[in-house]
Amino acid sequence: MTTSTVTAPPSAAAGKPAAPDPARARRRRRLAQWGFVAPAVVFMLLFFGYPLVRNVVMSFQHYTPKTFFTGEAPFNGVDNWSSVFRDALFGKALWHTLVFTAGSLLGQFCIGLALAVFFNRRFPLGGVLRSLILLPWLVPMVVSGIVWRRILDQDTGVLNAFLDTLGLGGGTPWLTSPGMALLSVILVNIWIGIPFNMVILYGGLQEIPKELYEAASLDGASAWRAFRSVTLPMLKPVITVVLVLGFMSTVKILDLILALTDGGPADATQTLGTLTYQNSFVELDFGAGAVVGNVLILISAVFAVFYLRANRTEGK
Amino acid sequence: MAAHAPTAPRRRWGSTVAGLLVLAVMLFPLYWMLNTALQPDSGLLQVDPVPSGLDLSGFTKALTDQGGNLLTSLLVSVGAVAICLAIAAPAAYGLARFGLRGSRTMVFGTLITQMVPGIVIANALYTSYVDLGLVNSYAGLMLADASLGIPFSIVLMRSFMVSIPGEVIEAAEIDGAGPVRVFLRVVLPMSRNALITSGLFAFLFAWSDFMFALTLNTTDDVKPITLGIYQYIGAHVGDWGAVMAAAVLSAVPAAILLVLAQKYIAAGITGGSVK
Repeated sequence: MTTSTVTAPPSAAAGKPAAPDPARARRRRRLAQWGFVAPAVVFMLLFFGYPLVRNVVMSFQHYTPKTFFTGEAPFNGVDNWSSVFRDALFGKALWHTLVFTAGSLLGQFCIGLALAVFFNRRFPLGGVLRSLILLPWLVPMVVSGIVWRRILDQDTGVLNAFLDTLGLGGGTPWLTSPGMALLSVILVNIWIGIPFNMVILYGGLQEIPKELYEAASLDGASAWRAFRSVTLPMLKPVITVVLVLGFMSTVKILDLILALTDGGPADATQTLGTLTYQNSFVELDFGAGAVVGNVLILISAVFAVFYLRANRTEGK
Repeated sequence: MAAHAPTAPRRRWGSTVAGLLVLAVMLFPLYWMLNTALQPDSGLLQVDPVPSGLDLSGFTKALTDQGGNLLTSLLVSVGAVAICLAIAAPAAYGLARFGLRGSRTMVFGTLITQMVPGIVIANALYTSYVDLGLVNSYAGLMLADASLGIPFSIVLMRSFMVSIPGEVIEAAEIDGAGPVRVFLRVVLPMSRNALITSGLFAFLFAWSDFMFALTLNTTDDVKPITLGIYQYIGAHVGDWGAVMAAAVLSAVPAAILLVLAQKYIAAGITGGSVK
């Protein structure tokens, strides 16, 4: 009671500007703190928020090459939507996207997991070999695509030459026949995705306490049984993350397909990503491109919700 | 000799052999890229499994044709890294420490942005870039490429900065340092590893970018190597030696980074995904 505190009425020290009132000081502090976050917020709004909104608006506008000179893009209702949906190419691209995504994820994940389990054992040079496997992941995707285009060439590619010497045929039109092209593109994408899957799953494996395996082996569990009853359940959160991130990066893929096939032959590898690109930047019909782009966002959003729900139950 | 190895040594070396085989299969395309680059004359013919000699004419041609594009890539990537770190580092610190209203929403929003397809962004950005005069400009491409690294860097650096002990920061504040000073003198030096990892990935993202390079440029003024190689195969299908030499050159930064900064790369791949 008798001790004089700093919170005593400031009137005593009135007239001294060096002691600003605490409310004002706090507000200035808050403002300074917002200054740290504000540039990022502005940037994200401009480069992510705005394009999302703009794409929805654009999908109801009529764009032609002329638009870029006149600046006029009249609204045309649902014309873009109905013409895109009526086009058989859209259905094809949607189907290719689903097959491509599912096939890539399945292959990347299974091989990535197998390699993670393999490298989780200790053996000489294990660490060096494991980090060298990362190399393909660091090369620009469009470059990987071009290298594979050379390898898969029907007449002069090394893969067919190799299969030929093994007596397994050869002469397979990997990228040039409509029946094979999608499968080939999926195989290349599996190759690209293996390092990423392996590294994340390996990290997850490292977190599993060794005692669990000792306990399992004391109980007489086989290696396969230990994998099913210890590894997989303990790895579940990491598996979710890998699959969701894999989905997000696969469903929108563009670089790889353009480098390998340009969407051909006969649209056999056209996906929602390449179709968006083709509509907007080849045909210069940005309205139609925006429609396909919005469908792509919608698919991603459904998956994002799924991911966040899985994350929430994980956190509890 | 180590007599009490946990497993029989022979079996452990067996795993090494198996590991080498896996590596050989995984890295074969990269080997083939180098091999083809060293045999420019083979053109449309099949390539020998091993180059018979070091023919560097493919590299000479690639450097003549694509050297400028390599420099463009370097310039754009470094610029993108600078923008990315300048924006992401303060934001990560702000989100980690200040407890501002809406912080959670912002972190959530950052995660969401990583799910937006790039082609959708390019679609909307292009029309605005035309209006703003940013098409075919270094600044425009740097900004777009920075967007590839910013959400990732915010998430990564934030999770690192959360773990900086509060006492250190409070001690600096008691010494009279304002928030900017605390950030520059205390937080940034302590976050060195997170900054390096973020910068490294921002660089890799920008260096690998093909989509923004393809869509936000209509002339040859600003042409990164990824776009250069893509157009190369259109024009020089017969000259695979030069195309592959250009591909090798474009992969060099990745190889250097992997050797020099292995631990940061592993940290970035896991840290950026499992928040």
